Amino acid sequence: MASASSLAASLNPATPPDTVPRAELSEIDASTKWPVIFFLVSALVWLLVGTVFALISSFKLHTPEFLGSYEWLTFGRARTAHLNAVIYGWSTNAAFAVAFWLMARLSRARLRHAGVLLIAACFWNLGVTIGIIGILAGDSTSIEWLEMPAYATPLLFVAYALVGVWAVITFRFRKAEHVYVSQWYLLAALFWFPWLYSIAQIMLIFEPARGTVQALVNWWFAHNVLGLWFTPIGLAAAYYFIPKVLGKPIHSYYLSVLGFWSLAIFYNWAGVHHLIGGPVPAWVISAGIAASLMMIIPVVVTAINHHFTMVGSFGALRYSPTLRFVVFGAVNYTLVSLTGSAMAIRAVNEITHFTHFTVGHAHQGMYAFFTMVMFGAIYYILPRVLLKEWPSAGLIRTHFWCVAIGVTIYWVDLEIGGWIQGLQMNDPSIPFLEVVRNTIPWLFVRSLAGILMTIGHLAFTVNVLWMLGAKRPAGVTAPTLFRSPPALQAASVR
Amino acid sequence: MNKGPLLFLGIFLALAFSWTGVVLTNQIQYGSLTPYFDANEGKTFPDLPSGLAERGRDVYQDLGCLYCHSQQVRRPGFGADAERGWGDRQSVARDYIYERRVFLGTMRTGPDLRNIGARQPSADWHYLHLYDPQLTSPGSIMAPFPFLFEYRRISGQVSPLALKLPADYARRHGLDRPGYELVPTPRGEALVAYLLSLKDTFVYPEAKPFVPPKKEGGPK
Repeated sequence: MASASSLAASLNPATPPDTVPRAELSEIDASTKWPVIFFLVSALVWLLVGTVFALISSFKLHTPEFLGSYEWLTFGRARTAHLNAVIYGWSTNAAFAVAFWLMARLSRARLRHAGVLLIAACFWNLGVTIGIIGILAGDSTSIEWLEMPAYATPLLFVAYALVGVWAVITFRFRKAEHVYVSQWYLLAALFWFPWLYSIAQIMLIFEPARGTVQALVNWWFAHNVLGLWFTPIGLAAAYYFIPKVLGKPIHSYYLSVLGFWSLAIFYNWAGVHHLIGGPVPAWVISAGIAASLMMIIPVVVTAINHHFTMVGSFGALRYSPTLRFVVFGAVNYTLVSLTGSAMAIRAVNEITHFTHFTVGHAHQGMYAFFTMVMFGAIYYILPRVLLKEWPSAGLIRTHFWCVAIGVTIYWVDLEIGGWIQGLQMNDPSIPFLEVVRNTIPWLFVRSLAGILMTIGHLAFTVNVLWMLGAKRPAGVTAPTLFRSPPALQAASVR
Repeated sequence: MNKGPLLFLGIFLALAFSWTGVVLTNQIQYGSLTPYFDANEGKTFPDLPSGLAERGRDVYQDLGCLYCHSQQVRRPGFGADAERGWGDRQSVARDYIYERRVFLGTMRTGPDLRNIGARQPSADWHYLHLYDPQLTSPGSIMAPFPFLFEYRRISGQVSPLALKLPADYARRHGLDRPGYELVPTPRGEALVAYLLSLKDTFVYPEAKPFVPPKKEGGPK
């Protein structure tokens, strides 16, 4: 067991400057520069591509004749291109960048073999590009979350293997004595995803299982991409940035252990709740429902841990862009997970299943939680690898408010609209077409929310491009904050 | 938790748990489910799909129909699937054993299609509906699929598949040139053949509604 002081150091990534010389950190940051830039710029491009397809699909759902005569833009393909662009393009590229930057920093090891990561980034983005063109051209597999055709996915797998091997190497070269909670999540995520992905590819595309076993494999994979890939990366970032920005340790080591292992054990059974009422064995559905409800444990534990770390420091949200995005994400993680557990209860599922409620829920998870945490992380990481500050606090503010308000309208709107849709669908006295018509106002508001989020993405893009193009300043610079904090906090808040 | 190997073992076991439970166990339990032989009819069920319908399945797949339409009927009493006439019985695993790719779906922006072939057996209706959903279902938000159709000069006889458009619709959309017809492309024809093939008519023993044994008559 570690001594009290070193334990404290392992819990707190904001180790004081005398323990970890800032020079060393800055050297580690510098070693991650090119891979971070490559992955983050790719992520940004995919975010914009995904946004365009999102708007097209959203408009089509209330105005079906919009671009109706183009086969490659029909709803089923545009929507699928959107999903794949934001999941494999934006989110996964961002997750990679954040994951290995965090891994290098927390292992206190310079990034070795940056070339391997650059090759991985080429393979990954080539694979996603081919996959999305394939979907638009009509080669989609129509397996949710696995739509990319079989000629694209091996490229993704190669890229993934390179990143995974690289992460293990860096972890093994770690200088830090203690493995911080973020590193548990990162290692787990990097190990789980290829397992999920390879099994799903084999059992669904290369050697398809018979009948509805396919549906079980599909949802075992698709839900675990959220639970065992994006969630751990998002939580790893939240566990790092909240204490880091505040300059104080995470509330409780033991809660983080409990949170991690309960997530690891329960989340991976929960996916079956997408098949409640479907033609699969009843026992496996019941097990999925039980696991979904057990998810309350890791969620509440993590919420307590994050919240109690924040207590007394909420004022910092007024200054720090990183903290504001990450805390917004962490709060939504709690909300979306509790909603998810509730949706697995049969009586609730009877209403929400097959409706836009699920779509709202998915966006709260992937956007209001994960994407917001990634934005926050990028606001912290990019200045450190580029040695430049963000050019405009106003653009960061625009970005935050547009996407925060936009995504909140998005999920609240679709969850209310979806709930009504579910109630009406279960009432056979209401003709089906009327149920459909009643969803249109909600779908229209969703498009407005989408436009607001798009404005935020554009502000973000301008800021990133401006920063990349700007000259590196001479001498010491101050971080770009929403407003100047009182002098004492200035050192740690960013 | 500072020991790498121990951490890794835990991480491995966590996913191994659900991989075994959700994937392997079910694959072993019913991954080789066989067709059902009915002595009365002297044949096995489910029916094998026709070649044209199989090609239509590919169209259904590449257009992404499943993002708005499910193909699963839930048991009576859970949702209103039965009351809406989406199927006389709940769907069971055996219904899907011949399907190369199973389209259970998770969304009902549009209605369930598991028995659309029985509910709407008219190919003409499907052609009109796919060409422009407003023709048959005013107010629908379904995408139109004009690219599955071809407006062409009639060569010889009028095709039996030619769409029977309402006169005013044809006039408004410039589809009333004499000597021309609007016909489905081979992809459109295959898609409709597939939709018409969607019907789970045979009642397997396991698909019969559950009747608690206490009630008179017992399980039928």
